[in-house]
Amino acid sequence: MTEHHQHHIKLPEGSIEKQTTTLNVGPTHPATHGVFQNIMELDGERIVSTEQTVGYIHRAFEKLAERRPLYQITTLTDRLNYCSSPINNMGWHLTCEKLLGVQTPKRVDYLRIIIMELSRISDHLICNSIMGVDTGAYTGFMYIMQYRELIYEIYEEICGSRLTTNIGRIGGFERNFTNTAFTKLEKFLKEYPVALRELENLFTRNRIFMERTIGTGPISAERALNYGFTGPNLRAAGVDYDVRVHTPYSSYEDFDFKVPVGKTGDSYDRFLVRNEEMWQSLSILNQAYQKVQEFKGAEAEVFHADVPEYYLPKKEDVYTKMEALIWHFKIVMGEVDMPKGQVYHSVEGGNGELGFYLISDGGRTPFRLHFRRPSFIYYQAYPEMVIGGMLSDAIVVMSSLNLIAGELDA
Amino acid sequence: MALTQEHIQLRLTEKFGDLVSNFDSPYGMLSFEAPKEQNLKVLQFLYDESDLNFQFLTDLTAVNYPDNLGKELAVVYHLHNLTDNIRIRFTVYTDITAPDVFTASKLFSSANWMERETYDFFGVNFVGHDNLKRILNVDEMDYFPLRKEYPLEDQTRIDKDDQMFGRG
Repeated sequence: MTEHHQHHIKLPEGSIEKQTTTLNVGPTHPATHGVFQNIMELDGERIVSTEQTVGYIHRAFEKLAERRPLYQITTLTDRLNYCSSPINNMGWHLTCEKLLGVQTPKRVDYLRIIIMELSRISDHLICNSIMGVDTGAYTGFMYIMQYRELIYEIYEEICGSRLTTNIGRIGGFERNFTNTAFTKLEKFLKEYPVALRELENLFTRNRIFMERTIGTGPISAERALNYGFTGPNLRAAGVDYDVRVHTPYSSYEDFDFKVPVGKTGDSYDRFLVRNEEMWQSLSILNQAYQKVQEFKGAEAEVFHADVPEYYLPKKEDVYTKMEALIWHFKIVMGEVDMPKGQVYHSVEGGNGELGFYLISDGGRTPFRLHFRRPSFIYYQAYPEMVIGGMLSDAIVVMSSLNLIAGELDA
Repeated sequence: MALTQEHIQLRLTEKFGDLVSNFDSPYGMLSFEAPKEQNLKVLQFLYDESDLNFQFLTDLTAVNYPDNLGKELAVVYHLHNLTDNIRIRFTVYTDITAPDVFTASKLFSSANWMERETYDFFGVNFVGHDNLKRILNVDEMDYFPLRKEYPLEDQTRIDKDDQMFGRG
């Protein structure tokens, strides 16, 4: 019988306790929903430190914008927060209108609000249902996606595309909303509340979901403000800052809605704030649809402001009339010089204050254009929010922040 | 009493005298400039004074004016007083050959990445920043792409074999 020897790895005294593991989360990982890399230092399952790497899909939009006339920049804004690109498009058009001094008719404002609130819903429903996926509830996500489809069908009816919408023009829309668009909107307004109530019931008092989200990734109001948080993430920390209320644009002042706020700024509060915002958006949508229906006669046909120098002529005219063809090319190629000036305009995007800082030197293209991208600014706080917590919580925190790589990397 | 632009201007000129200049209100936003050495003092003053209370840094970026000799780079701060809901724009200019500007990241945590981005694209050296390295571009890059001296590629060039990218 041979003697059995057990071999131990010789380690200095106490070294196991001191040992930490370096883990690369991302850049492409099923749980990060985008190209996000985090180099984490783990002690067991606890996060000791983490450093984010960003920029994997940087596309130099700010440089490209310096060569593009106004209309060619709209397609760049599509690709910022692609979960709610109509808001970006509208924000850009509103910035141009501010620079050019264009006044939009009330009906245009209300139609814009319909589109912006629809995209806010589509943005929030993705974020909230993905939080479900990350905590183990795939079903809610699969069901709610049907309703995003309804929203995308409305976009299609108005502008022809779904994800990167390029919707609207300076001064209004490219065409009036068709009856089909309104019918689809009615269908959505009727069916979505039922589905949203179901989604809410699935999560809000769900023991597993609550245990996974309550207390994870909290941030105080003070720190959130210092970190430049805006949007639902700031409101979850208890600050009722909303661009729609503070600096109303596109006639938001005509609407009656609440700004939901949270308390602790943890993942659960972010979920609840987004959830409540969807209800508020539904209320705004109902009000806006009602207001749109109140226009009668010639007023009910208004879908753009009268700005022939910046608003593209009708397509039928472009194909048949020389003048219209000339103007079409002049506008698309940016032959109309902009006024000189510096404009900052912001809208309440899906993730917070989406700002456009436009400097014009009077040429055909912007001299400089800077996008204030909310998720770029608040993603800095991620280490502070997850350090000391579990690795699995960090994943939930990341999805509750609704990081969109396109917006982050510009 | 709500905070007005006149009051902000008055308080700034009281404190800094001739150092703050070029007050203007393009498209309704009060804007002014100061020498770059004063940037932190101005920001701290705007932050601390209870009647001014500009404690939210909305945006920080830079602009390159190649013809503005000695002041080629402008660092632009957009500040927001959330209680009185008033925004201001504050600019400091710097020479492109010595682009040193004090960091605001100790005052605003949000300035950390915004300054890194500004460094990445314009080469503004934020003095005192803990981790001033490139953020969106690759680390190996040896130029600052948003400066005007680096034009975009000529779209009509024909000397490049670019068949794989749909141009050939």
